[in-house]
Amino acid sequence: MYETLSSFAQTGGLILFIIAFVLVLIYALAPGNRERFEHARRIPLEDEEDGDVR
Amino acid sequence: MANTRVAQRGLGTDGMLIALFLGIGVFYWLLVAARAMDPLISFHAYVFIIAFTAGLFGLVMYATKEPGDETGYQTAVVKAGTFASMFWGVAGFLVGVIIAFQLAFPNFLYFDELGWTNFGRLRPLHTSAVIFAFGGNVLIATSFYVVQRTCRARLAGGLAPWFVFWGYNLFIVVAATGYLAGVTQSREYAEPEWYADLWLTLVWVVYLLTFLGTIWKRKEPHIYVANWFYLSFIVTIAMLHIVNNLAWPVSIFSSKSYSLFAGVQDALTQWWYGHNAVGFFLTTGFLAIMYYFIPKRAERPVYSYRLSIVHFWSLIFIYIWAGPHHLHYTALPEWAQTLGMTFSIMLWMPSWGGMINGLMTLSGAWDKLRTDPVLRMMVVSVAFYGMSTFEGPVMSVRAVNSLSHYTDWTIGHVHSGALGWVGYISFGALYCLVPWLWKRKDLYSRALVEWHFWISTIGIVLYITSMWVSGIMQGLMWRAYNAFGFLEFSFVETVEAMHPYYIIRGTGGTLFLIGALIMAYNLWRTARGDLRAGEKRPAMAMQPALAE
Repeated sequence: MYETLSSFAQTGGLILFIIAFVLVLIYALAPGNRERFEHARRIPLEDEEDGDVR
Repeated sequence: MANTRVAQRGLGTDGMLIALFLGIGVFYWLLVAARAMDPLISFHAYVFIIAFTAGLFGLVMYATKEPGDETGYQTAVVKAGTFASMFWGVAGFLVGVIIAFQLAFPNFLYFDELGWTNFGRLRPLHTSAVIFAFGGNVLIATSFYVVQRTCRARLAGGLAPWFVFWGYNLFIVVAATGYLAGVTQSREYAEPEWYADLWLTLVWVVYLLTFLGTIWKRKEPHIYVANWFYLSFIVTIAMLHIVNNLAWPVSIFSSKSYSLFAGVQDALTQWWYGHNAVGFFLTTGFLAIMYYFIPKRAERPVYSYRLSIVHFWSLIFIYIWAGPHHLHYTALPEWAQTLGMTFSIMLWMPSWGGMINGLMTLSGAWDKLRTDPVLRMMVVSVAFYGMSTFEGPVMSVRAVNSLSHYTDWTIGHVHSGALGWVGYISFGALYCLVPWLWKRKDLYSRALVEWHFWISTIGIVLYITSMWVSGIMQGLMWRAYNAFGFLEFSFVETVEAMHPYYIIRGTGGTLFLIGALIMAYNLWRTARGDLRAGEKRPAMAMQPALAE
């Protein structure tokens, strides 16, 4: 039981994390998302004083 | 209590639910007070009764007022948060200075007949006051501000944000008075007993729902990266708090409880919690502040939004595993220690990625560092973040840890993060928020910000450097052997050797406290609408409205 769990945590965890990291990189670097992130960057700078909420 | 007259505001579902809960709470705590098994829970029962009654009274006052404008952003709760942050900040720093001098002069402000003046009672008061009371109020206030602004939506839940604000501060009062009275479950950074923990759990769930509800009704389709950091802070703290505090009370009429964990599992749970209190309370929450307030103040978008995404996901995935580095050379299996160490080393990448992202946001606007002391404070904060996140992984390496663990080096490391990173980014955010919230042209005085900045920076430098010297010396003295293989020094000799450094540390802390007092005065005058005469004020957009 202990051996199984620790080997899962060690090897399985490594593989899962690499997959997760690759997915994050794909999402962040996908050319299709360029425009979306260019807009998102400016969100804090483009709000209006007490302007249209809700 | 819902009133049908038009001139009165009445209570919506939110207010009715809170009123119902507070009403039941009063009766519950009356029962506990009547059957209390120890004076400590009896005392806290009265604290809860007074607070809940005051809450009910506040609801009545609210309901009978004329309806106000509830269409714009909810700023009143953020204003209250800036007040609470400043109050708890000064209180927490003051207690820190007192216990720093108690370490140098053990009888300083200690009185035999007043047990609560003992270092052991005051130390958790200090840590909780600065982390949870000061830091927590800053995080709640700024998160409520930022989530509204970046979602273009009013805070969700009606009175729920107020419940979060008052409920959280009630938790602080219960925790703080408990430490002084001797209520503790002896878990690092999680000393409050089971009933305070349950109360915080409830408040935190309402906080999460308020935050999620605001995101849910956003008008801006994209969820800005700062909100991701805030959300990870709220969600992870909920998870950590619940698991670490799994305990069984002796009785519901007793202040004492016993943890469900024992032995090495208990130790690992505590440091899984303890290190992630650093990771998700003192890091991701304040990174959210960095990602909103630095771009806002510099009037530049964040350097790389893509980097911020990679920063976020890699940071939260890695941080949660770093806790075991607190348990090197213990009964924890060695592979788990190595795992904690490895993940700590890996944290270099996201930490420095985030630091670079924050600093490079200023590219093309570096001249503002010269003219704007508030922005400078935030940039120095990010530099301290870089420094302490470099130092931390080094200290997590087993060989280095064998020298640094249990010494003052750890204390110095914690304070370069706490005073430099968390303190300065919070100060920067508060210096931004007060003029914005009260709609003032500028701070009362920029010169006072300069004074605050330089006095407290000297304080931090004194603090960190004295603890480096003292800590490394202490570690070397502990492991020194003489020619016969005996220990070279007795423990008390190391204590004596550290005495001068403790005085330097106390002096540094005093300077940091003086800086915070200057800040409190400056913010107070700013809120009142005063502008110090004769100061040169560079033409820059102070109001969010005036930003491009």
